[in-house]
Amino acid sequence: MTTADLIGKIIQVLGGVAIFAAVVGLILFLVDRAPKRSRDFIQLAAFVAPALVLLVGGLIYPALRTTLLAFFNRTGDWVGLDNFIWAFTQPDALRTLLNTVIWVVLVPLLSTAFGLAYAVFIDKSRGEKFFKALVFMPMAISFVGAGIIWRFVYDFKSQGRDQIGLLNAIVVGFGGDPVQWVQVSPLNTFLLIVVMVWIQTGFAMVILSAAIKGIPTEQIEAAQLDGTNAWQRFTNVTVPGIRSSLVVVITTISIATLKVFDIVRTMTAGNFDTSVVANEMYTQAFRANEPGRGAALAVILFVMVLPIVIYNVRVLRKQKEIR
Amino acid sequence: MSSVAPVDLPIPAAGNKGAIEVADEGTTKTGRVKKRLTSRGATIAALIIAVLWTTPTFGLFISSFRPAADIQSSGWWTWFANPSFTLENYQEVLLSTSQSSPQLGAYFANSLFIAVPATLFPLVLASMAAYAFAWIKFKGSGGIFILVFALQIVPLQMALIPLLQMFSAVLRPGQEWLHDVIPFIPTQNYLPIWIAHTIFALPLAIFLLHNFISEIPGEVIEAARVDGASHTQVFFRIVLPLALPALASFAIFQFLWVWNDLLVALIFSGGTQDAAPLTQRLAELTGSRGQEWQRLTASAFVSLIVPLIVFFSLQRYFVRGLLAGSTKG
Repeated sequence: MTTADLIGKIIQVLGGVAIFAAVVGLILFLVDRAPKRSRDFIQLAAFVAPALVLLVGGLIYPALRTTLLAFFNRTGDWVGLDNFIWAFTQPDALRTLLNTVIWVVLVPLLSTAFGLAYAVFIDKSRGEKFFKALVFMPMAISFVGAGIIWRFVYDFKSQGRDQIGLLNAIVVGFGGDPVQWVQVSPLNTFLLIVVMVWIQTGFAMVILSAAIKGIPTEQIEAAQLDGTNAWQRFTNVTVPGIRSSLVVVITTISIATLKVFDIVRTMTAGNFDTSVVANEMYTQAFRANEPGRGAALAVILFVMVLPIVIYNVRVLRKQKEIR
Repeated sequence: MSSVAPVDLPIPAAGNKGAIEVADEGTTKTGRVKKRLTSRGATIAALIIAVLWTTPTFGLFISSFRPAADIQSSGWWTWFANPSFTLENYQEVLLSTSQSSPQLGAYFANSLFIAVPATLFPLVLASMAAYAFAWIKFKGSGGIFILVFALQIVPLQMALIPLLQMFSAVLRPGQEWLHDVIPFIPTQNYLPIWIAHTIFALPLAIFLLHNFISEIPGEVIEAARVDGASHTQVFFRIVLPLALPALASFAIFQFLWVWNDLLVALIFSGGTQDAAPLTQRLAELTGSRGQEWQRLTASAFVSLIVPLIVFFSLQRYFVRGLLAGSTKG
């Protein structure tokens, strides 16, 4: 990067922010001087319009267009359901769907289990804050960074050389042969899932820990007076007490997992049978020049997210009624 | 989470602490012993999880300070037996101008120059919209607000293809013109990626800020209105200062989201030094130089340092922002 480049970039940022501020300032300035008669409406429009224009033009219209695009092929001819048929019949595409299902079953389950266990174990212990921060930290870093961290763990050197990847070093240490972890299907999908679990456990832990601290002390004391042991208290007091948070955590992680892209992209680029829907969508639409197939996969992704959201809303609404 | 979870998360209040400590039982001797035993086992289990979770990052961190030859020939754990230390890897990835090195300086600047405006723009637009939805009464506001709320569940994959087409049709000529007028600014500038991030941030931002802004006591705003303050004055003098905690939480969440994003960057940045952020460069390096660990380890830490600083210095706001926005994208 030369100094000129840097100056150009700084000009861009300052210019961009200045123009943005000027436009917003001008709108607000003019609004206050609007004719009295319809002032309320004009003011309202001025406050809402910028956001609404962006949402309609940049999200609603594109989403509708994507849906339409899913029925066309790359040359722009109407192909009906061909793109969807492709997605549900091609062996590679089927593998992608299967992988996505494996991801979305395992990641929420494992992350929540680890997160809950950790939240319970660490509760009220010395240095709780510090230990929580350790597990929560992966949540702050990018999926790309996490991908590199774990690629290093899974690194492979041919037999006889010193292994620099932790996993292979352990395997060799126990007398095994080193494995090219990320290339062995179907094991590699599970190793990629480990990365996502590693990231999401912190999220589950923080929310569930907050929920556990919200359980009224009287309930736990009452259970203790009744002579219950720790496990009984956990299953009969703690878990029911944090049920709504559990639903939130599981559904949130499920949705995040459905859209997982960066991890797969960084670690295998979708090769070796590890692709998932979000990655395949990117590959088809922006690498293979198949916007129709990409659009179809985007629609499939959206349809997969919907039931999770609906379930979540329904459970939470039911709980509000009970309260 | 907001999109799927209109539920109040119990955040532990400081006042709760005493009550929890009282709950520690142990009135009888056996009770005390039993309690101590179970908690000891639990502490050990927690310790094991903590070590497992930290080791991968720690290994990468240690490796980034080892000479290239050492990284390739022995595991990072041998560092404890024969420590070695060098800053060469960082020097190489950040400062070296040779074609084959990562040249992260430019990408670091890009990450920063993308993330700051892409945080600021949606923050301003969303707080304006949230104020209007919360405090300017009009017909159909409820309906539009629910629509905005519902937009949160649309995966951004649904918008990418048409948005890219629109940008190359509409924005591209403008960018080329700008480059002609000011040659300093490359044709591939930050504009598309700023706009894309702003759009994708809006539904969540409006929803979150609306929740907060609508809680502001009505009397405060009514009083100001009666005194003749315009909506603009109310917005700047009353609403924004009062909404500061919510603004901070969202700003941190959005900054980190943009900083860590790969997908939007891949599609809208063009992939060159001109506008591509660190994440994109890192993904590229893992693809083309996946075995050059001396570069990868140091590069990874260059990209992690900003989120980690934000994380450790602003943890409380970070957690709040994260809880609020975890389903974005």
